[in-house]
Amino acid sequence: MIALEGHHKSALEISDVWKYYGDFPALRAVALNIEPGSTMALLGRNGAGKTTLLRIIAGLSRPSRGSIKIQGADAREQTTRQRIGILGHGIALYDELSAIENLTLFGRLYGLPDPRKRADEMLERVGLARVRDGLAREFSRGMRQRLAVGRAFLHDPEVLLLDEPFTALDDRAIAVLQSMIQEMRLRGRTIIMSTHQLREALELASHVALLQRGQIVHTGERTQQMLDDTGWLYRTYGEN
Amino acid sequence: MPDPTVIIMFLRQVWTITAKDLHSELRTKEALNASIAFSVTILLLFNWAFDPSSEQVQEFSGGLLWMTYTFAAALVLNRSFARELQNDCLDALIASPISSSALFVGKALANFVILLAVELFSLPFFLLFYNVSWTADRCLPMLLVLALGTWALTVIGTLFSALTVNLKLRELMVPMLVYPMMIPALIAAITVTTNLVAGNPLGLGTRLLLAFDIIFTALAVALVDTVLVG
Amino acid sequence: MREKIIIGLAVFAGALLAWNMNTIFTQLPDELNQGAIYRIIYFHVPANILGMSGFILGMLFSIGYLVTKNLRYDALAASVTEVSLVFASVGLATGSIWARIIWGVWWAGDARLTSWLVCWLIFGGYLMLRRAIDEPIKRARFAAVVSIVGSVNAYISYKSIEWWNTQHPQPVLSIRNGGGMAQGMEAPIWWNLLALACFSTILVMVRMRQESFAREIDTLRRMARAQ
Repeated sequence: MIALEGHHKSALEISDVWKYYGDFPALRAVALNIEPGSTMALLGRNGAGKTTLLRIIAGLSRPSRGSIKIQGADAREQTTRQRIGILGHGIALYDELSAIENLTLFGRLYGLPDPRKRADEMLERVGLARVRDGLAREFSRGMRQRLAVGRAFLHDPEVLLLDEPFTALDDRAIAVLQSMIQEMRLRGRTIIMSTHQLREALELASHVALLQRGQIVHTGERTQQMLDDTGWLYRTYGEN
Repeated sequence: MPDPTVIIMFLRQVWTITAKDLHSELRTKEALNASIAFSVTILLLFNWAFDPSSEQVQEFSGGLLWMTYTFAAALVLNRSFARELQNDCLDALIASPISSSALFVGKALANFVILLAVELFSLPFFLLFYNVSWTADRCLPMLLVLALGTWALTVIGTLFSALTVNLKLRELMVPMLVYPMMIPALIAAITVTTNLVAGNPLGLGTRLLLAFDIIFTALAVALVDTVLVG
Repeated sequence: MREKIIIGLAVFAGALLAWNMNTIFTQLPDELNQGAIYRIIYFHVPANILGMSGFILGMLFSIGYLVTKNLRYDALAASVTEVSLVFASVGLATGSIWARIIWGVWWAGDARLTSWLVCWLIFGGYLMLRRAIDEPIKRARFAAVVSIVGSVNAYISYKSIEWWNTQHPQPVLSIRNGGGMAQGMEAPIWWNLLALACFSTILVMVRMRQESFAREIDTLRRMARAQ
């Protein structure tokens, strides 16, 4: 763990979070403490509540009960959202805008001092500098994915949320994503990855949390055993 | 007295959203073309349907004009938030540091500009088709009425666009909710416009419109966060 | 206990209504200008008072929900608004009949009638919206927003006869500093209002019971699906 100057001890502190849909609890008493610099793999089968939890951390919905503190501040606060980067299912890019326009827009949304310059740097980084003026609509799928990765990392987030990051990426996009995740880890950033692709997740993760029917049933460091026998975690906790 | 840096940041955020929406719309021109085509067609159709004499025109001029504008506006407003659903852009906007109020005001302003453009473009057609006499001193009051009335339509339409964005049956729900809400403001706008075309004094309608604008804007800005963030 | 309250209210309201009908039809003389038909006022005014105040009450409950996040407030808002819509319908219908007889038209485009019809449309839309959303918390939030924005129109309708020249008569009730009615003619309005208010309370209670059942079923359904 790298202690970051001026930052809270915990990157993420989730206390007693419940999320209700009507009277049905999709998340129950979820408590999680994620240290700065760690890479957390959030595991669980479909319907366990992974996406619900990630959406709350991202500030897209509010918990019915409990609190989420990101570096000591509430998830919905503007300064907090400034520090979070998100890569989800949708690419979150405007088809009618060009690559450079898209990234410049998000640069402005995140209050970067020189959005255009940063956008150009990022396009270079993800290998799209040649097509900077091409419309997003005209890109191939892999190019769109790489642009989305660029968007997520654009504002140099301290906490990165990845929802099923390796699904539907082509090889080049995966390579770019993996190298950028590596970079972030080396710089001590925090990454939370929700996935059911165990292999990729466990290779990158330093910590693991297993969600089952809205509850955290296991949390702790990623062990060698998990790597060697990827099904171990699920079998131990009664899932097949 | 609110902190000036907060206000500046709010305005900057609003401007980013407004610029983005206008930029996108100018590039695709989908809503703009549809609205303008719709307005001009309706005005033409009514001209053929009613064959109005000069006095008759003055009586229903306001109503005709604003009915045309309202339905043309629907084409723009209903899509306002719905277009963000593509590629999950809406989630990205809500998750960004932009406040829901800034997002709302930004979109409302962009819609306002687009609608005003459509209206100003269609107005000469109205004057032409219906042989309305126009004097230069009417331009400014007309602009005032257009601005006040259009803002009321915009605020209500944009708020309900946000509200219905994730609903099934969105296409049905939006008109059902939005048109009744718009009626009081529309009636005021119609009354003032009819007076203006007839050359009469404007009356209290402008004050009423201003009151509507202020109240609905305040309510919308206060409530939009509830609607966007689950 | 609940049933006892409902039956008690029903009996009380029924008796009151019967007594009041007796007063209206046998003891009061016909009105000077309108003749016998003016008796519609004894339903028209109470129904509209209940409708209008109900919409405002629904708005207050909606605000209550947004502040406390307690779904019970949402159930109250929905029940009150729905019952008010019924009374508003009665008010509109009686108004239309009265207008036909006195003014010769079924409808007039004045401020009071238009704004009241708009209210009816808005809160009808409120109920349609509720039906379109399955998830209870989302439904509560969105319905609350529509109720709050819509009740601006209820207030406009209330004030409309003061703010505009309307074909609809100016205030006559003593509490609105109106022109007043002849001796003994105003009281039955208030008695009818009381009786109808009791009926509306009964309806709201029945509706609330339905809402709590619906929520229970919804929870059970979700729990079953999650297994």
